[in-house]
Amino acid sequence: MAQYILKRISYMILTLLVVIAMTFFLMRSIPGDPLASLARALPEQTKANFYAKYGLDKPLFQQYLIYMKNLLKGDLGESVVYAGRSVSETIIQTSPVSAAVGGLALIVGLIVGISLGIVAALYKNSWPDYLVMFIAILGITIPVFVLASLFQYFFSVKLGWLPTSGWGKPQHMVLPVIVLCFGTIATYARYIKSSMLEVLGQDYILTARAKGLSEFQVITRHVMRNSMLPAITILAGRIVGIFTGAFVVERMFSIPGIGFYYISSINNNDYSMTLGTTVFYAALFVVMQLIVDFVYMLVDPRIRLAGD
Amino acid sequence: MDNATNDSFVIVGPEISEAERIARPKVSYLQDVWRRFKENKMALVALIILMLLGFMVIFGPSISGYAFEEVDRTARNQFPSLKHWFGTDKLGRDMFARVCQGGRVSLIIGLAGAFISSVAGCLYGGISAYLGGKTDDIMMRIVEIIISVPYLIVVILLSVVLQSQGIFTLILAMTLTGWCSTARLVRGQVLQIKGQDYVLAAQALGVSPWRIITRHLIPNVLSVVLVSITFDIPGYIFSEAFLSYVGLGIQPPNTSWGALAAMAQTSFTFYPYQMFFPALMIALTMLSFTLLGDGLRDALDPRLRK
Repeated sequence: MAQYILKRISYMILTLLVVIAMTFFLMRSIPGDPLASLARALPEQTKANFYAKYGLDKPLFQQYLIYMKNLLKGDLGESVVYAGRSVSETIIQTSPVSAAVGGLALIVGLIVGISLGIVAALYKNSWPDYLVMFIAILGITIPVFVLASLFQYFFSVKLGWLPTSGWGKPQHMVLPVIVLCFGTIATYARYIKSSMLEVLGQDYILTARAKGLSEFQVITRHVMRNSMLPAITILAGRIVGIFTGAFVVERMFSIPGIGFYYISSINNNDYSMTLGTTVFYAALFVVMQLIVDFVYMLVDPRIRLAGD
Repeated sequence: MDNATNDSFVIVGPEISEAERIARPKVSYLQDVWRRFKENKMALVALIILMLLGFMVIFGPSISGYAFEEVDRTARNQFPSLKHWFGTDKLGRDMFARVCQGGRVSLIIGLAGAFISSVAGCLYGGISAYLGGKTDDIMMRIVEIIISVPYLIVVILLSVVLQSQGIFTLILAMTLTGWCSTARLVRGQVLQIKGQDYVLAAQALGVSPWRIITRHLIPNVLSVVLVSITFDIPGYIFSEAFLSYVGLGIQPPNTSWGALAAMAQTSFTFYPYQMFFPALMIALTMLSFTLLGDGLRDALDPRLRK
């Protein structure tokens, strides 16, 4: 067990190193250097100072070593476009906003998605099942930005119930959370339905019924516990889905989250900001995956035994 | 009963020509698949919708009589009418022609992306599983590392690096990591079948590993791959739509469904139809491919064979 955890953590660190190196050298391999467009109009001496400030006057490999050294200290450098804005500070300031919206969307999505999946499985081939599958298919087939536009149009413009965009009040979170959790609802409703139907066909369910357990007990004690297990494995994917969905949603609802800054840094050619945020995202995702795996291992005794 | 002698009985014996006759017409594998596929009405409808979409995308521009980049200043932001079936956009370009052109780009990206990543994934997964041992270990470790990076982050990064402007750089950016899941899938399947006798027979005959992988192993996992392709296509179309929204996708004057919907998003309140049609096309394509994939999976699954 301990050996398995150690192995996984060392793989994680290896992955992170590869990802950071890949991101760094990829960003630097962009034709022209990252400051070219900004430094074009500057006099020669200012230009040299400008490059020196971002450490771009040194050889590439040395730059990488310096970047790694600063990274260990938690310093991701300074924004190229907005002088004085530290990348690490921007991430620290904006990620709680994203985490609040994303976390809430994930929780709501999980609760609603799992409940809908259970309902669909229990009422298979009747109208609740069809309704749930219709919602699930809508969630999968409609791009997030279309969904967001529709919601903004109906709930803000037509009905005037909720603000179109902005940040600060609780009601600002309602629409983004609903839009964001749609994907999770859709994925989980489909997944839980099929996994429940599979469990319902197992022998141990027949045994439980033969023992004379009530249908309620069979469902809650035997079916749900077993069909919930595989659902944990797709959690990592959903967390990523929330993040990438947030790129669009944060921009459309003007939420000052990290996705908003990420996309604008790409559009502004803000080299250090894009690099720093990508590293942050990749690290977050790798760690999340590890946590999800560990949770799965704790919950499912079969995996625990196989890991030993 | 008494007068029944041996003479009363005649040995009929097997009628050679009758016994050899095949009672039912021969059903080939594909026919069998088609028969089961047909029973799934949803999948059949999906197939028809896809064929219609394909028809529209290929022949649409010539039917409507407008070029997709043709600007008409006198007809800006017009609502759908007999003249412009899907209306016009803010530059007076015919939306129907643009939706068709966008569909070409979106579908090419979806199909080519899924195809390229499947071929790469098949070869990689096949080689990894067949060779086994250390090679397999190293190859799968590489895949694990690539997979553990968020897909869209890699695509964004690659499109920034490649300065993606056209279809080809976009497809390249998306397939560069997209093949990994197929590779894993194929590897799992090949591991299952590589111990079978016909592989051993091929090995005994001295067939080279390359030929065994391409001639024996991959064709036998093709059904699984086919299903994963159908699910991959909408994934690529979706990713492209996302990238276009972010501003990293197809650049004007060329367009795609994602780019059209993203463009219409700013003026959605006033001209909802400009977003409605491309969004509808994306939704229809996604839906059809998902249903088609479901149908194919059931039809190709030998366990469900009657």
